[in-house]
Amino acid sequence: MTLRRLLLAAACAALPAAHALEASAQGTIRIGMTAADIPLTHGQPDQGFEGNRFTGIPLYDSLTAWDLTRGDRATPLVPSLATEWAVDANDKTKWIFRLRQGVKFHDGSDFNADAVVWNVRKVLDREAPHFDPRQVGVTATRMPTLRRAERIDDYTVALYTSEPDSLLPINLTNLFMASPAHWERKRAAAASAEAAWNAFAADPSGTGPFRMSRFVPRERAEYVRNDAYWGNKARAERIVLLPIPEANARTAALLSGQVDWIEAPAPDAIPQLRARGMRIESNAQPHVWPWQPCFAEGSPLADVRIRKAINLGIDREGLKTLLGGLMVPAVGTVQPGHPWWGNPSFQIKYDPEAAKRLLAEAGFGPQRPLSLKVQISASGSGQMQPLPMNEFIQQNLREIGVNVEFDVIEWNALFTNWRRGCKDPSARGAHAINVSFAAMDPFFAMVRFWDSKMAPPVSNNWGHFSDPRFDAMVAEARTSFDATARDAALAKLHAAGVDEALFIWIAHDVAPRAMSPRVRGFVQPQSWFVDLTLPYIQ
Amino acid sequence: MLFYLIRRCLYAIPIALSVGLVCFMLVHIAPGDPINAIVPADAPQELVEQIRKDYGLDRPLPVQFGIWLAKVSIGDLGTSLATGRSVWSDLSVAIGNTLRLALTAALIGFVLGSVLGALAGSFQGTFIDKIAVGLAVAGVSVPHYWLGMVLVVIFSVQLPWLPAMGAGPGGSADWAWDWEHIQHLILPAVTLSVIPMGIVTRTVRGIVAEILNQEFVQTLRGKGLTGRGVFWHVVKNAAPNTIAVMGLQLGYLMGGSILVETVFSWPGTGLLLNNAIFQRDLPVLQATILVLAMFFVALNLLVDLVQTALDPRIRRG
Repeated sequence: MTLRRLLLAAACAALPAAHALEASAQGTIRIGMTAADIPLTHGQPDQGFEGNRFTGIPLYDSLTAWDLTRGDRATPLVPSLATEWAVDANDKTKWIFRLRQGVKFHDGSDFNADAVVWNVRKVLDREAPHFDPRQVGVTATRMPTLRRAERIDDYTVALYTSEPDSLLPINLTNLFMASPAHWERKRAAAASAEAAWNAFAADPSGTGPFRMSRFVPRERAEYVRNDAYWGNKARAERIVLLPIPEANARTAALLSGQVDWIEAPAPDAIPQLRARGMRIESNAQPHVWPWQPCFAEGSPLADVRIRKAINLGIDREGLKTLLGGLMVPAVGTVQPGHPWWGNPSFQIKYDPEAAKRLLAEAGFGPQRPLSLKVQISASGSGQMQPLPMNEFIQQNLREIGVNVEFDVIEWNALFTNWRRGCKDPSARGAHAINVSFAAMDPFFAMVRFWDSKMAPPVSNNWGHFSDPRFDAMVAEARTSFDATARDAALAKLHAAGVDEALFIWIAHDVAPRAMSPRVRGFVQPQSWFVDLTLPYIQ
Repeated sequence: MLFYLIRRCLYAIPIALSVGLVCFMLVHIAPGDPINAIVPADAPQELVEQIRKDYGLDRPLPVQFGIWLAKVSIGDLGTSLATGRSVWSDLSVAIGNTLRLALTAALIGFVLGSVLGALAGSFQGTFIDKIAVGLAVAGVSVPHYWLGMVLVVIFSVQLPWLPAMGAGPGGSADWAWDWEHIQHLILPAVTLSVIPMGIVTRTVRGIVAEILNQEFVQTLRGKGLTGRGVFWHVVKNAAPNTIAVMGLQLGYLMGGSILVETVFSWPGTGLLLNNAIFQRDLPVLQATILVLAMFFVALNLLVDLVQTALDPRIRRG
């Protein structure tokens, strides 16, 4: 047999399989995730916000949720399993939530106030029989002041916080409601609560728009549409989630037709993906890729003039070109037009001459160049392309007379150091740290960095920033219970942060994802999450 | 022979202990914190300490190691910090997948390597020899993750003949030896086979060339044996050393190739280790390395026994 015949025979043999792949895709969206494993499916996902995106929101609902149906505005908070809520007029640590009636879990049991209390206890009450320490880490951090829940009637529940906290309704988007009845059935057949949660994870029951139909650990999760969903029903019949951590493998999987949608395609593959008819979706994300300054004594970045100079010395448009357009230049933690933007007087832009003037005022110039050390990682979740991006900035800053030295460490180690602060030996004398973060929630966007009480080891005020004015603004925001007043207080806080240049703001990620042209109806909101009820396969 | 077997099995105990200890120490010496597998870095310190306590990670390191050792000695490999699942449940599936991949790659590599090596050794200095040696050098020199990506570009993207990733259309759980599944195995197995192919080619070539120059071969030819008759004598003499090399190579393949399994999203031990390293998932890391080390020990023992069976000159015990 000639070589040509052999190749022809091999091609013919492969054709039926390729055809089978095509046929199975009707109404089924196959998604290649960046996660290396299926995020936990028991109701409190791990793997960061990719977990919430794919195994939280599609399977479960929370009391409050983000409206992810539009891409042209910051995502607003909307009612979900709670229809309305308010803080108690006499006790600002007590919130009353009215619950949606007629909602059922996937197993057919009713969602009610008891279910809410049960779900709060699963992560906060160590005495509860269903308490699961594994879920605490990924949940309690996202609702730091929530303490307990109390049933008032079937569809009313009271939630108590450790201190007055207007941010609670936002935090609650992270507490997903799992079915107590389903868990109890699993518990009856399991040796321990831990084993029951493992069984629950393999066969979960929430109230979300999809039900899980198949789970292969480390390999795939398959969802089918929940036709009894209380809200807008999903348009796709099935969703298949595949963990493909390697960017080139994801790209190849999309190009070869094994998946219909990939998260974070390799940036250098985007022209090829476009050339092959794939759609690239992106939108500004509440994500910040900054340098977080050290304010400790002896750090040059304790001087506001130097922080402003560094902010003005970075060519963000050039950086955007380097990334093939896949970033939004950051001029604050949130973007202009956002309800928390405020009206800062310091305008962050590329102005090397102004940067040099500020450095000169601070005593630095050609005769006495400024030297900075920055701790960065070579990779990591949300870190975009840390090495080329930081090298680009290093080159920018050299032009204004700032020599930057990088201390490149592994991502997990950098994350650990972030909690220890810049005075800790693990900082190794760094003047800034490059850890990206999500900025959907005011606590995670601003409070944990600018409140002096959040200094290590309490939270992520790595730079030990301390200013009573900011403490007061944080307190004002947390005790403004009217949504408009709260946003105004947060805008004041944000504007003050920009005016003091409390970060070196560099980039916002745009969450690129590539899709087959057969995927229709998808909306990329300004969020870390997406609404999987919208897309479908045509 | 029985005493030899018992002694070799007993040798495995200090090896297992050392592997476990070294792995445990390396994870703790490396920067980072195993607690990051469970809590995000923005978790308040109070919560971090509470969870550290819940998982026993606040105890002195020798105590933690002792507890792990005691559990392992009764067959309990523990629970993954990241997923909460039993380590054995994930590891057993991963070992099955890696075995499937490693044995297929070994089959391809050893058959091709033996054929090419025998041809090269028999026709030294000829065009055939140069081609075989060239392929062997390429096999051991080309980075296999790069080769994997090139094969994917050619056979999955440009010519959509074979899948680019995964261990079957529905994952590895329902694996069957049918075309739907085998097509997922081809590219990673071919990629993984090039290094053993190269090493076996060079080994066999050297051994065959050496045997062909020995006096007993000349005697065989003098006695009138030609072609196939001489070939079988050469094979019998080359087999023990070749099998020793193949055994080692199979051990390396069993260790799973982190890079190849990552490139093809093949859910084997390599991918499991890769994730465990990045998540600092200590129980998964320790158990996987321990089990793989034991595989290596068992494989070496098996090779020794096969060598003895093939070559009566080798005495064990």
